[in-house]
Amino acid sequence: MQNILSVQSLTKKFDDFTAVKDISFNVEAGSIFAFLGPNGAGKSTTIKMLTTVLRPTSGEISINGFNALKEQDRARASFGIVFQDHSLDDELTAYENIVYHAVIYKVPKKERAERIRKALEIVGLWDRRGDYVKKYSGGMKRRLEIARALVHYPKILFLDEPTVGLDPQTRNAIWNHIRSLNKERGMTIFLTTHYMEEAEAIADQIAIIDHGKIIESGTVEEIKNRTETESLEEAFLKLTGRDIRDDNVPGNKMRTIRGMRRRTRR
Amino acid sequence: MIEVIYILWLRQLQHYWRSKARLLGSLGQPLLFLVTFGFGFGPMYARASGGGNYMDFLAPGIVSMSILFTAVFSGLEVIWDRQFGFLKETLVAPISRTEIMIGKTLGGASIAMIQGLIVLSLTYLLGFRIPSLASLGLGLVFMFLIAVFFTGLGLTIASKMKDMHGFQLIMNFLIMPIFFLSGALFPLENLPPAIYFISRIDPLTYGVDGLRGAIAGMSMFGVYNDLVIMGLLSVFICAIGAVLFSRIEA
Repeated sequence: MQNILSVQSLTKKFDDFTAVKDISFNVEAGSIFAFLGPNGAGKSTTIKMLTTVLRPTSGEISINGFNALKEQDRARASFGIVFQDHSLDDELTAYENIVYHAVIYKVPKKERAERIRKALEIVGLWDRRGDYVKKYSGGMKRRLEIARALVHYPKILFLDEPTVGLDPQTRNAIWNHIRSLNKERGMTIFLTTHYMEEAEAIADQIAIIDHGKIIESGTVEEIKNRTETESLEEAFLKLTGRDIRDDNVPGNKMRTIRGMRRRTRR
Repeated sequence: MIEVIYILWLRQLQHYWRSKARLLGSLGQPLLFLVTFGFGFGPMYARASGGGNYMDFLAPGIVSMSILFTAVFSGLEVIWDRQFGFLKETLVAPISRTEIMIGKTLGGASIAMIQGLIVLSLTYLLGFRIPSLASLGLGLVFMFLIAVFFTGLGLTIASKMKDMHGFQLIMNFLIMPIFFLSGALFPLENLPPAIYFISRIDPLTYGVDGLRGAIAGMSMFGVYNDLVIMGLLSVFICAIGAVLFSRIEA
């Protein structure tokens, strides 16, 4: 199988802290790849580098055959991303948000209306397309973000914790949808999640990152065999330990939240 | 290319149009300045200048002021985009950073122009008259250049700011001095050397002077000199902004 995403010796240093240390991995075209790790392990930093919004300190990234550091625009046109945190414009309607996306991704004008309609129908938001995003619930916003990421027909879809904070119904619907995109369109899925049972159920390949390094990778079965555990969650805990982590990436919003939690705990 | 710029522009106008409170609110300050300064200093100005009409002097200054503030705020809005996460959506798209800069500059500049035109019509109610259509045309060119330059400046600053904490710093140590020392409110004559120097490196000085020359027939440096200076400065700031935008990380 061909690799749609290939990462070589990727490293990111922030001043005195190395968030990602010399990681390498490949993602096969058409597969579902789960990238797992505790908070602050380097997941989000890696996704930011893969999606060209953060420059690596060193290393190579190839997406759909394009060098993500040199042929940025062609690499960017090849992927879609659903960010971990909110990335919609609340002051626009759902439809306007998607049109904006379609235009900046240069979706041909003739196909635009049809593609947007389909994407919104898939996530069940076509009837609510005229509403302002600020009136949407958390689950609807997530679905809209997924619909938006599909409008330019990406070859690979990055999902950074797509189901965090959602009810089981919505989570189910989102995973079913992701699975069908993968099966029917052959779209490669690269996802991160903290729900181990979700990763176990959906992923073909898994990589576990901790302290900026990939400490284990393979299929769910391989990982369970090597760690001599019954479930991915057990394997994960065995590999990464049971200590609670801080999300200590510099400039990360989590820092403040963590600070606030600490204060309230006292 | 054109369509990408258009959609970036459109988004900003949609934001502007949909927040009527902001639209109305930002008319308060220029109106207050026009009425209080206009009628307050009017008699003093007339005595000092030997019979000059202060409203003729003040109106172009206040129009410039409203453009300055609206333009800078529009530029700084990128910081909100960053905080609410929307900036990432634009930055991961396969479009050049120059397109982003142009689209956002034109969007902010259009809003500032609309705001400037509303204030200009208010000055009409207060007795300010533009001599001819030609001078109005030239005046619009200056309004546009002021709008472009200061939106570009706002964007350039915003590309370096992570959050709104530095906002007061920028307002009180950059934007307010730019406004007060631009000659918008009082003539830049017989000033102490330090103030004189600052007023001459203040970009808005040339915008105000050009606009005043165009629509009120009073200019210190000559309208065409102002035009060249403002034109060059606008191109310059947009180029810097485009470079800084290409280095933005989300």
